[in-house]
Amino acid sequence: MIELLNISKSFNGKEILKDLSFIFEEGQTNLIIGQSGSGKTVLLKCLLGLHKPENGSILFDGNDIVDLSSKKLKRLRNQVGMVFQGGALFDSMNIEQNVLFPLQLFSDMNKSDMLDRVNFCLKRVNLENVNHLFPSEISGGMKKRVAIARAIVLNPKYLFCDEPNSGLDPYTAILIDNLLQELTYEYGMTTVINTHDMNSVMEIGDRILFIKDGQMSWQGTKAAILNADHQDLQDFVFSSELFKTIKAKNR
Amino acid sequence: MSLITSLGRYVLFISAVFSKPERRSVMYRLILKEISELGLKSVLFVIFVSLFVGAVVSLQTAANMEGGWMPRYLIGYATRDAIILEFSPTIISLLLAGKIGSNIASSIGTMRVTEQIDALEVMGVNPVTYLVRPKIFALMFFNPLLICMSMFVGVLGGLLAVIFSGESTAAEFIAGIQYDFIPFKTLYALIKTTLFAFVIATISSYHGYYTDGGALEVGKSSTKAVVYSSVVIIVCNYLLTQLLLRS
Repeated sequence: MIELLNISKSFNGKEILKDLSFIFEEGQTNLIIGQSGSGKTVLLKCLLGLHKPENGSILFDGNDIVDLSSKKLKRLRNQVGMVFQGGALFDSMNIEQNVLFPLQLFSDMNKSDMLDRVNFCLKRVNLENVNHLFPSEISGGMKKRVAIARAIVLNPKYLFCDEPNSGLDPYTAILIDNLLQELTYEYGMTTVINTHDMNSVMEIGDRILFIKDGQMSWQGTKAAILNADHQDLQDFVFSSELFKTIKAKNR
Repeated sequence: MSLITSLGRYVLFISAVFSKPERRSVMYRLILKEISELGLKSVLFVIFVSLFVGAVVSLQTAANMEGGWMPRYLIGYATRDAIILEFSPTIISLLLAGKIGSNIASSIGTMRVTEQIDALEVMGVNPVTYLVRPKIFALMFFNPLLICMSMFVGVLGGLLAVIFSGESTAAEFIAGIQYDFIPFKTLYALIKTTLFAFVIATISSYHGYYTDGGALEVGKSSTKAVVYSSVVIIVCNYLLTQLLLRS
């Protein structure tokens, strides 16, 4: 479980996150949604310890990471998996080396066990016989899946994803969403997904945090969104005709 | 950003380079990889440039000795000193600042803008130690070897040029190479080279690491890396010469 308590963060005097509090539940897919520029990415970077909030606390199972020493933060990061928007695979390494990388640095396994683990994780994300390809040789969807395999290779307790299905076709995007949800339930991870994709919200939003202008504007579940009496949320979620029709039919 | 701020950030960057690596075995492997990427891939370039510049230096020296009152072995003597004292350590280092410096800055800069550096950080890897230290060690180890090779090939180029042009005989040229040879001059050249290797690796990495933006900024960082490395090499060259040869 990750708990945000009154988080504030500014850049050059401009307040990006304002007194934000929320709980990301364990074993659930927690979605952060909001318009571009609402502060989603800054919040995710605060959660990852890449930005330090000026005020408030971020509790990972009760441990506040805001003032954690770099040594302790490093130890915590071994329990964190991250899927970046573009995958952030290392260009100079092939797929196998990319997934192997965290194991080489942070595990005490022998080489054969490491390779077994890499192959298991690649198989888990439905990738086989791609070990020796380089990131430049695979599609966007495959890159995302390799990034997920790399993120789960150390059996993390916390999984973070920054717009995991941006730039993907709708079919692949749903595959990625479902994969993330399956992995979350399977490993009992606390998964936090930053997205503005409404399909994702409706598919996998166990818990949803809607941010507007750096503040928590609404929180709830995907089921609650349909009937939420919240104008900003309704404007954001039901901006497309398709979702307006779904909402109408639902009612 | 002011010069003092940049300098301060550069010093902090360098101090981060020397923090403890995650795994020593991984670090050794990375150093070998960088030697191959940055060093071995520069060998042919250095040989090519050194051979022709050595030839030109000897021919120019010969051309300036028209009249016949100066002994012909001085062609070898002048070529040797020009190559060992200045051409190989300084000019080759400047060329390597262009070739290797832009490579380092653009590769690290690309990693920055594609979030690969953030990925390292999130995994708990110190990106500065992981990315920059192997480059510094590889260049400080391999560049002196490259420069020794450049000295040899440069002098060889000079020898071949005077033989083919008939300006002097091989025996005269070799006598010139051996005349009044002071081993400290070679040591001076190698000290310069090692320092220049450090300058190229750190300044280029620094500019790559602090790239902010997209592809355009990666290009700008690459240009800055080459320009600043070259400027610092030229200034250090003057200071080291004053310090080691004149004091």
